[in-house]
Amino acid sequence: MTLSLCRLVTVLGMVGLVLCSWQSWTIAADGPPVSSPSVSSSLEQALNQVSSEDESVRNAAIRLLLEQGDATLVPRLEEIRANASRGIRQAIKPLMDLLKNRAKLASPDSDVRRSAATDLGSSGNPLAIPWLDAAKVNESNKWVRYTMEESSALIKLASDDPSIKAAAAEMLGELYSQNGVPALKELVAAGAVAEATEQQKAMAKAADAAIDRIETWGDWANAIETIFRGISLSSILLIMSLGLAIVFGLMGVINMAHGELMMVGAYATFVTQQCFMSWFSPDVFGWYFLVALPVAFLAAAGSGFLLEATVIRFLYGRPLETMLATWGVSLVLMQAARVYFGDLTAVIAPGPLRGGAQVMVGVYLPYNRIFIIALSIVCVLGIYFTLFKSNLGLRVRAVTQNRNMSACLGIPTRKVDSYTFAFGSGLAGIAGWALTMVGNVDPGLGQNYIVDAFMVVVTGGVGKLAGTIVASLGIGGLNKLIEPGFGAVYGKVLILVMVILFLQWRPSGLFAMKGRDAD
Amino acid sequence: MSEGTTDKNRGGGLGFWVVGGILLLVMPALNILPPEDSWFHLSDFSLNRFGKFLAFAILALGLDLIWGYTGILSLGQGVFFGLGAYCMGMHMMLTIGKESVYGSDLPDFMVWNQVKELPLFWKPFHSFPVALIGAILVPMTFALIFGFFAFRSRIKGVYFAIITQALALAAWLVFNRNDTNLGGTNGLTDFKQVIGYRLSEPGTQRVLYIITVLCLGASYFLCQWIIRSRAGRVLVAVRDSEKRVVFSGYTPPNYKLFVFVVSAGLAGLAGLLYAPQVGIITPAQIGVLPSLEMVIWVAVCRTVRSNGSKSAW
Repeated sequence: MTLSLCRLVTVLGMVGLVLCSWQSWTIAADGPPVSSPSVSSSLEQALNQVSSEDESVRNAAIRLLLEQGDATLVPRLEEIRANASRGIRQAIKPLMDLLKNRAKLASPDSDVRRSAATDLGSSGNPLAIPWLDAAKVNESNKWVRYTMEESSALIKLASDDPSIKAAAAEMLGELYSQNGVPALKELVAAGAVAEATEQQKAMAKAADAAIDRIETWGDWANAIETIFRGISLSSILLIMSLGLAIVFGLMGVINMAHGELMMVGAYATFVTQQCFMSWFSPDVFGWYFLVALPVAFLAAAGSGFLLEATVIRFLYGRPLETMLATWGVSLVLMQAARVYFGDLTAVIAPGPLRGGAQVMVGVYLPYNRIFIIALSIVCVLGIYFTLFKSNLGLRVRAVTQNRNMSACLGIPTRKVDSYTFAFGSGLAGIAGWALTMVGNVDPGLGQNYIVDAFMVVVTGGVGKLAGTIVASLGIGGLNKLIEPGFGAVYGKVLILVMVILFLQWRPSGLFAMKGRDAD
Repeated sequence: MSEGTTDKNRGGGLGFWVVGGILLLVMPALNILPPEDSWFHLSDFSLNRFGKFLAFAILALGLDLIWGYTGILSLGQGVFFGLGAYCMGMHMMLTIGKESVYGSDLPDFMVWNQVKELPLFWKPFHSFPVALIGAILVPMTFALIFGFFAFRSRIKGVYFAIITQALALAAWLVFNRNDTNLGGTNGLTDFKQVIGYRLSEPGTQRVLYIITVLCLGASYFLCQWIIRSRAGRVLVAVRDSEKRVVFSGYTPPNYKLFVFVVSAGLAGLAGLLYAPQVGIITPAQIGVLPSLEMVIWVAVCRTVRSNGSKSAW
């Protein structure tokens, strides 16, 4: 029977199911004697009865199949379902889902196990309780175990036995289960009506306590997630503003094309990905993201170098004109990207950056955000060492402080300008590289953030590393703090008002340059 | 900015009158007098388009006043323009009345946004004079408040440009919202009439055109007058060296605020004239990009500065 089954499955092309059925088969083999001939025949009989028009016969068959069957029956059921009428198909569907999910509880992939446990929990079928409890014992992953407990408590909550019900409610409270809240609220509502029995009232009280617990926890979890989101936004702002701040600080150049240099970095990442797709074997595909880092940096730095040599060089000392000229360049770059790449392209996140880590119940931190936070720290350290520990950095700082004096002392200021601009542009490229992780790659990529980045630079004080860091933390954090209360749009407006008011107090930013050149 | 500050023959010369004469008399005449198929005939559409350009020219004049003469680059001019245009637009929306698609007294977008009652801030715009005055005073007031804080804290140069750009972004975001009751992304449109004259009539458009030309001329003289006055001298001095102006005992922030408010008023006037001629005003006209485009008109035509009207072409 197994052989013929397997053949059938392969013919159907359900490769995944082969795996499932094989596994459940092996589990069934060392479990209770499912494969004994008598049971097998009763199963066979049940399978025949499942498509019966008589509802009581059918339900009995389904019950039997649920109690004794396993996922190997799924292909057979599929077959039956294909020939059955609509009513029967609807009756068989939950049965199949239950059996499939039961098999999935033993899957080697923890995500599959977890989603199976969640599905079983929402199915509400009490038969699933022993399955979940059995799977829980051997479960090694903490969060899968958590889900299993939660699901079994959820099913138990619907039970008729008041003691089990109360225990389940308490369990849900203990687990801080957000999924349990709707069911618990129903219990509370049932206890609140006038004709409620004493039992229902006691139940409602227990449920109320559980909800209280869950909600308090939920508030904390929310607070933590808000803080995390704030830090994550801050680090995006920071990565973007760093290059801008350096260029602005050194040359007094407002580079409106900074956002488009970011876009160049993002597209460089995209192109690298396409190259890997078409030229290299899929085994090394995951590496494209790392390879894209230098590519993005160099592409953006090269563009910046060209921009400096062809446009900005001739406009030094005229900041407003520079601003408009670079804005023109930004339009050219943006439209060029639109023409060449079309409007919407996305970078596939490399495996390790997909998904996220659950650190607590209800607190889920995506890996890509964590990655960006880490990257911003690395960038800050890198810039710190470049600026304060290297030869180039020494020159850059000298020119920033006093251009004429530096020139007198033999520093080639033009060259320093050119390198710094390229370096700042390269940082924009890295920002673009990182941004492919959180959104699509589209020609308007730079525009979305550029005004915010400018706000950060202005608030932080021009050319000050520490100021940029503090300002991006402040603006990013405030943004996420305000957003839930006011909405994204008014949040942004409010931030602008705050920045303007802040500049009343500190006209040249948080960390103003001191000395005679400060004006 | 490269030009000297004592250019005596700027404006008021023959060129100005010739251009003004052509715009005011010859163009409408070409529109009315020659037959439709004549080579000289200027279609209603072209005249209307010129009217739109000239409305922009008023805005460009204001921008030139603040940027070219005072050296303050404002990237938020689109906001003031938008405020003016929305004020006028709101009045015209209210005059549509029962002619609207849904036949309601409320503007169409309110009907489909389930707004039952006219919001309070719409009410004054039932009156035409209020709309006219509002279109100019609202941007000016707004500029006064914003400029007061900005100039008081000595925000200048590129900082001011960035802050005003952020202002443009913020305004764009706010105007795009449906819950501000300003028509959301669609803006205000489908205008039917202004003080009883049908906007679809070529005659109304012609009159609007002539009013625009006259306003442009008046704005031009206003700018000339400001520049030639003592205050204008201070403005140019602020542009050339603010520090020395301070040391000479002047308070640049007051002058800057003054010129900023005037240019905002001119932008509002431009919006006021723009809305009925073009027939639509949306947030797309007040964002970061249009504000920058306005600056580009002025930048391109700085050499022909005395005639701001050219910049709109």
